[in-house]
Amino acid sequence: MKKFFSIGIIRGLIFQILGSFAGAGIFYGIRVLMGLQWKTEPTIVVGGLVGAIFFLVGQGSLRDWWHVAIGKEMPEAHEVKPYPGLRRYFEFTLDHKVVGVQYGVLSMVLLSVGGSLALIFRLELANSGLQILDFIQFNTLVGLHGMVLIISILTGIAALGNYLVPLLIGAEDMAFPRLNAFSFWIAIPASVILLSAMFFGGFETGWTGYPPNSVRGPMGVQMFFLGVYIAGWSSILGALNLVATIIRMRNKGMNLFRMPILVWSVFSTSFMAMTATQLIGLSFQLVMFERLLGMSFFTPSNGGNPILFQHLFWFYSHPAVYIFVLPGLGVISELLPVFVRKPLFGYKWVAMSSMGIAAVGFLVWGHHMFAAGIEDYLRVPFMYSSLLVAVPTGVKFFSWAATIWQGKVRFAVPLLFTLGAILVFLLGGLTGPPLGTVSTDLHLHDTYFIVGHFHDTMFGGFIFPIFAAIYYWYPKITGRKLNETLGKIHFYLMTPSFLLMTFGQMRIGLLGMRRRIADYDPSLNFDFTQLLITIAGYLIAISVLIFFINLIISAKKGELATGNIWKSRSPEWAILPSPAPAHNYEGFEFKLVGDPYDYGLKGSKYVELTTSSNSKSEAVL
Amino acid sequence: MKHLAIISILVIIFTLLANYFLQSVGLLPVEASEQATVIDKLFNTHFWIISFLFSLISVVVVYSLIVFRRKGDDEDEGDGKYITGNNTLEVVWTVIPLITVIFFSFLGAKSLAATKVIEPEALNVNVTAGQWYWFFEYPDFEIKTDTLFLPVDRQVKLTMTSVDVIHSFWVPEFRVKQDVLPGDNFVKELYLTPTVVGDYTVRCAEFCGGAHAYMNSPVKVMSKEKFQDWVDTELGNQPKDPVSKGQKLVTQNGCVGCHSSDGKEGVGPTWKGLFGSTQKLSDGSTVTVDEEYLTNSIVKPNVQIVAGYPANVMPSNYADLFSQDELSSIIAFIKSLQ
Ligand code: HEC
Ligand SMILES: [Cu+2]
Repeated sequence: MKKFFSIGIIRGLIFQILGSFAGAGIFYGIRVLMGLQWKTEPTIVVGGLVGAIFFLVGQGSLRDWWHVAIGKEMPEAHEVKPYPGLRRYFEFTLDHKVVGVQYGVLSMVLLSVGGSLALIFRLELANSGLQILDFIQFNTLVGLHGMVLIISILTGIAALGNYLVPLLIGAEDMAFPRLNAFSFWIAIPASVILLSAMFFGGFETGWTGYPPNSVRGPMGVQMFFLGVYIAGWSSILGALNLVATIIRMRNKGMNLFRMPILVWSVFSTSFMAMTATQLIGLSFQLVMFERLLGMSFFTPSNGGNPILFQHLFWFYSHPAVYIFVLPGLGVISELLPVFVRKPLFGYKWVAMSSMGIAAVGFLVWGHHMFAAGIEDYLRVPFMYSSLLVAVPTGVKFFSWAATIWQGKVRFAVPLLFTLGAILVFLLGGLTGPPLGTVSTDLHLHDTYFIVGHFHDTMFGGFIFPIFAAIYYWYPKITGRKLNETLGKIHFYLMTPSFLLMTFGQMRIGLLGMRRRIADYDPSLNFDFTQLLITIAGYLIAISVLIFFINLIISAKKGELATGNIWKSRSPEWAILPSPAPAHNYEGFEFKLVGDPYDYGLKGSKYVELTTSSNSKSEAVL
Repeated sequence: MKHLAIISILVIIFTLLANYFLQSVGLLPVEASEQATVIDKLFNTHFWIISFLFSLISVVVVYSLIVFRRKGDDEDEGDGKYITGNNTLEVVWTVIPLITVIFFSFLGAKSLAATKVIEPEALNVNVTAGQWYWFFEYPDFEIKTDTLFLPVDRQVKLTMTSVDVIHSFWVPEFRVKQDVLPGDNFVKELYLTPTVVGDYTVRCAEFCGGAHAYMNSPVKVMSKEKFQDWVDTELGNQPKDPVSKGQKLVTQNGCVGCHSSDGKEGVGPTWKGLFGSTQKLSDGSTVTVDEEYLTNSIVKPNVQIVAGYPANVMPSNYADLFSQDELSSIIAFIKSLQ
């Protein structure tokens, strides 16, 4: 029992609960001393915030910094002895690979939570009429589904970045290992607070939280804002760490255009996350203040401007969609050459297209507001810039097609998911332009067409690639391969179901089905398609369940992965054993002797380890 | 080269097929406003581009996967061709999309402008949205209603505001959509020109919490006459005395196309001096024109045919069209023509 409580995450969660009560109590106490009445909403917000801090304290995420602050000696990251076995995944650990896996597990947990929320409201939508939910339940589920999955995606890409980037660039670890672990651990209380919105009255704003609606609705919206706000910290700090790592920690000879391509996309993504996330935090924080302190930023009756919020919000939330998909697109570019046995076509162009998307991505937020009541002198330029995104995205597609061209394809499970990703992302990309031109968007805005479109981009840009990545790198983590047959069932069940789902969504959207409605007019004849969408949604869920079972079974029973199972040139496969050792390339000289994707070039290699000198690898500065 | 030729042909075929599919599957609701016509044109251009790009990428990828596939299970058959890239190609597929995109944006801007053409004669309607209702006000007539009545083929200018949170005005058949914001500084306008008579629904498109799903109101697009009629009814301007009521009815229902009120001959006999006179019928008999005769000749026009006039010319569905009250108004009007 004592051992149970000594586990970091358990301690953290217990501390969070206690901290929430303590925070609420102290706040109430202060109010009583000031002669004020009980007020539920601020008390709960303060409780939530204090709870999050308590989590970090209890979990031990702040211990090292505290030690530095009081002048205690602190060991270097690589001198810290890791916890043995599975235990390390529940503790504050400095090994980037462990943190990567922690992120990955959190991402998958949130994926199943967010997905399950959708399964509930899809049941409601299977028929017209209200059957199992009331409005507030439905509205809360829809909003949480969106935001929980966003956090799942953010932690998923953090998993990719943390686990892979140091391995791929030949670094010992991340630039700031403690900050790295901190960024992960702060995401846990954030997720807990976010989910608690359900129990504080829910919220009826969707994931976008537009005021004045969010200023009026039930109190759960505060927990929603607070959760996202704290998760934002995780995202910003994690991104900062990755940027620093990529700039400063590359091994000898690893110049920018010889890095594995995934590193480029992680770099572009992190750059955006590091600079844009503040805006969603800020906009949500302002609404919180509006509710708590009666300040008025966005409510017109008190002199506020509701459109201002939308500008602030989308200034992050548009780049956010590129933040979500770029790592996934990087995975596609990374895996294709391995499985078609050909060099990545136009490496530099692909690398630069990520940066191009990141750059243009900052200039297009207005396309979410074409119907919001902004002037035409804004709508038209935003239309030009939005369509411009098609250019770097096109470069990626053409380069992938050219990479596959004349390739000798091996249809392993990771490749299947990569191809699925290309197909689905293509659909997502092609359904974009009708939303980008203003007049057609006036019809499509806030309909199920949008819902179909962004599920395409999220599945094509994140879900399919992350599954590909897990099938591909799982052996590097566990030393065992995932079961192929289960993997194929997963793929062949999920892909057609998914296509059915989004085609259905887009079709009824075009015909007039609005977003975020609990019930729809039976005279529109959407019942049958809605039923199909629901069935498809459940099939996807079953396929993912099969995947989870595979993850668990294969960890113990999977086929042992010895050597370079994918015949990859990348250093983590070419030179490291599976599972990867705790200290990446320690005791070896890491030498770059070629380009990353020269498949088909006889006798060439990307990296070599020379055992001769026992020196530790040094980072190129 | 051979591959390229095959691929080009396949891409063309699939583009045509895909576009045919998109056009014929019925993706858009009825096109019931001038703005919808403009927007659907742009949609069609989009469908072409989508069909082409989808075919291009998927044909190349699928072709390649099939034609160059690893034959047999031989793992050691080796790698693919060593091609690292081609800058000319990259420039081509950067520049061509760039030009296309700019051209497309230009088309988009033109289309937007076309949906915003403002006609001077527009009918003014003030729209108020609230949780969870719509409310319409016709400032020119001082009418207030919760159903939006619109005359066909006349532009309407909606001036919209909300009393609480953001809502959005959308009638799918009209395509255009505009958020409705609270606050005096944020009054928004939307212009539409309905083109098809019928019943529609305005649906709130911006998530406004609670019963957002049910924030719908009926929209009725009517002929100009019917609309005028509705306005008159609302204003209490409807004539009250039976004679004027009858006059209005015979004008609106096209009786005056066949019957004159001033003695002139037409397709049907004139009504001047009809009441009380003695009418010769085609079967040779005569009748005195009284109220019963008039009623019968309106609702059963082919029973007693006036001599010298053809049968089966006067429409025979008036029995369903008019209420008893309306019939007596019409008769009162005919009576008044002495
Ligand atoms: C398409 C032409 C046409 C229209 C429209 C039409 N009528 Fe007639 N109507 C006739 C003709 C022809 C006759 C004479 C033959 C007959 O008695 O059926 C006639 C006969 C009549 C008579 C008997 C006249 C008489 O001299 O005895 C009455 C009354 C009458 N119509 C009323 C109406 C009214 C009221 C309407 C509109 C609601 C109407 N009609 C619309 C063609 C028309
Ligand atoms: Cu509304």
